[in-house]
Amino acid sequence: MLRPLEPVGRGTRLVLGISFFIVFVAAWSFATFGGFVSKTFLANPLTMVQDGYLLLTKYGFLGDIGMTVWRVLGGFVLAALVAVPLGILMGAYKAVEAFFEPFVSFARYLPASAFVPLLILWAGIGETQKLLVIFIGSVFQIILMVAVAVAQTRRDLVEAAYTLGAKDRGVLARVLIPANAPEIAEILRLVLGWAWTYVIVAELIGSSSGIGHMIVDSQALLATGQIIFGIIIIGLIGLVSDFLFKALNRKLFAWRLA
Amino acid sequence: MSQLQITGVGRIFPGVRGGNAVTALQPTDLSIAKNDFITILGPSGCGKSTLLRIVAGLDKPTSGEVLLDGRKIDGPGPDRGVVFQSYTLFPWLTVADNIAFGLKEKGMPEGQRKDIVASYIEKVGLKGFENHFPKQLSGGMQQRTAIARALANDPEILLLDEPFGALDNQTRALMQELLLGIWERERKTVLFVTHDIEEAIFLASRVIVMSARPGRIKADLPVDLPHPRHYTMKTSVAFSDLKARLTEEIRAEAVLAAMDH
Repeated sequence: MLRPLEPVGRGTRLVLGISFFIVFVAAWSFATFGGFVSKTFLANPLTMVQDGYLLLTKYGFLGDIGMTVWRVLGGFVLAALVAVPLGILMGAYKAVEAFFEPFVSFARYLPASAFVPLLILWAGIGETQKLLVIFIGSVFQIILMVAVAVAQTRRDLVEAAYTLGAKDRGVLARVLIPANAPEIAEILRLVLGWAWTYVIVAELIGSSSGIGHMIVDSQALLATGQIIFGIIIIGLIGLVSDFLFKALNRKLFAWRLA
Repeated sequence: MSQLQITGVGRIFPGVRGGNAVTALQPTDLSIAKNDFITILGPSGCGKSTLLRIVAGLDKPTSGEVLLDGRKIDGPGPDRGVVFQSYTLFPWLTVADNIAFGLKEKGMPEGQRKDIVASYIEKVGLKGFENHFPKQLSGGMQQRTAIARALANDPEILLLDEPFGALDNQTRALMQELLLGIWERERKTVLFVTHDIEEAIFLASRVIVMSARPGRIKADLPVDLPHPRHYTMKTSVAFSDLKARLTEEIRAEAVLAAMDH
């Protein structure tokens, strides 16, 4: 029986989660094997798997995957290195916030993908340009979200620290940062997911390697099986990285769940 | 000899969005002797917490000043330990690390820190829970840790703002005995805010009764019950007499406060 907010068992959850994948593939098979859509526009699952196998064994697709992962992580780590400290300072000090917040709020809405042509002019079509797209797409989001999290730190914890003799710097280092570390880790996990979408956009234009590059190439060849395989790989990598991030957070911030 | 001198301390909260300003505390004078246990008793909204926060340095008075050992209070500091009503243990630190927070801030070497932490863990009866996180503790245990955390810093005065307010009656009674036991042994100056009459009498050597809005001191009663005090004392005649008297004082205020809302 379905009742609001009633939890389901672990086994049931797993079965239900897998079921939808099965339904999805079944519908796809039905549409393609049944001949309801043209083979030119949508490959069937079997062709997709064969194409994928060829990509991996013959066309060095693993190298493309490696490139893409490297770009995402590179741009994302750079963004985090800039954004997390700045966000913490903005959350802690209202003057810093007043200085940066209006600009960052504006910059946040600048679409990273629209920067691609400009960045190609500035940085060429090399790796710098790819990293910059990810960087621009991630940095403003992280800054704002971290600043909001830090600004919402429980006041009574801050007060307790002051009454225990902490000075401003101690409050920053021993309360604001540890109190918000799990939140910041969650923000990074979320934004990493968005960074994945930017990297493909960056690779669609002016690129000679990467998953996005393979997808554009395949479009020219009408190899829809390869395109779908590429998309599925992106999804899988996203799922795995999300899982790893979650596991790491759970390990680092055990006090939250204790 | 008075250790804490409160002179003409008043607090007016400015009106929000054009509303009327609220006088939380009328200019108040109070002088507290060293090693005294003072309870401030009053209905909610009588400004007792405001007064405590001003002494703690967490709020600034609109008028008047507070002197601790002759020095003017201007902001919070480790010379005044505070235990709050809400659970304010740092959730990312273990019990032991919470208690060591202030000592670490002072830059005390680890060996010395460990000894002090161990002694306070013993005093508040939390042996075996040193490495637990606050989330794993009951409310009473969290407040015991908070008391240990404040005391480990060796403050001049201990300020408690309804620290047992969120606990059930049985736990509350045990906590009162624990706190009193520590005070009887260590004799710190304590300022304890509560709305519970029995609690105010049982703990105090002097009860200050505050009136409803605007808050001011209405009565100042010494409690001459002998130490060490045992919970059975709560049923003694002397205790009952005091309780009856304070109940009258408080009742009038509670009625006024209720009409106010």
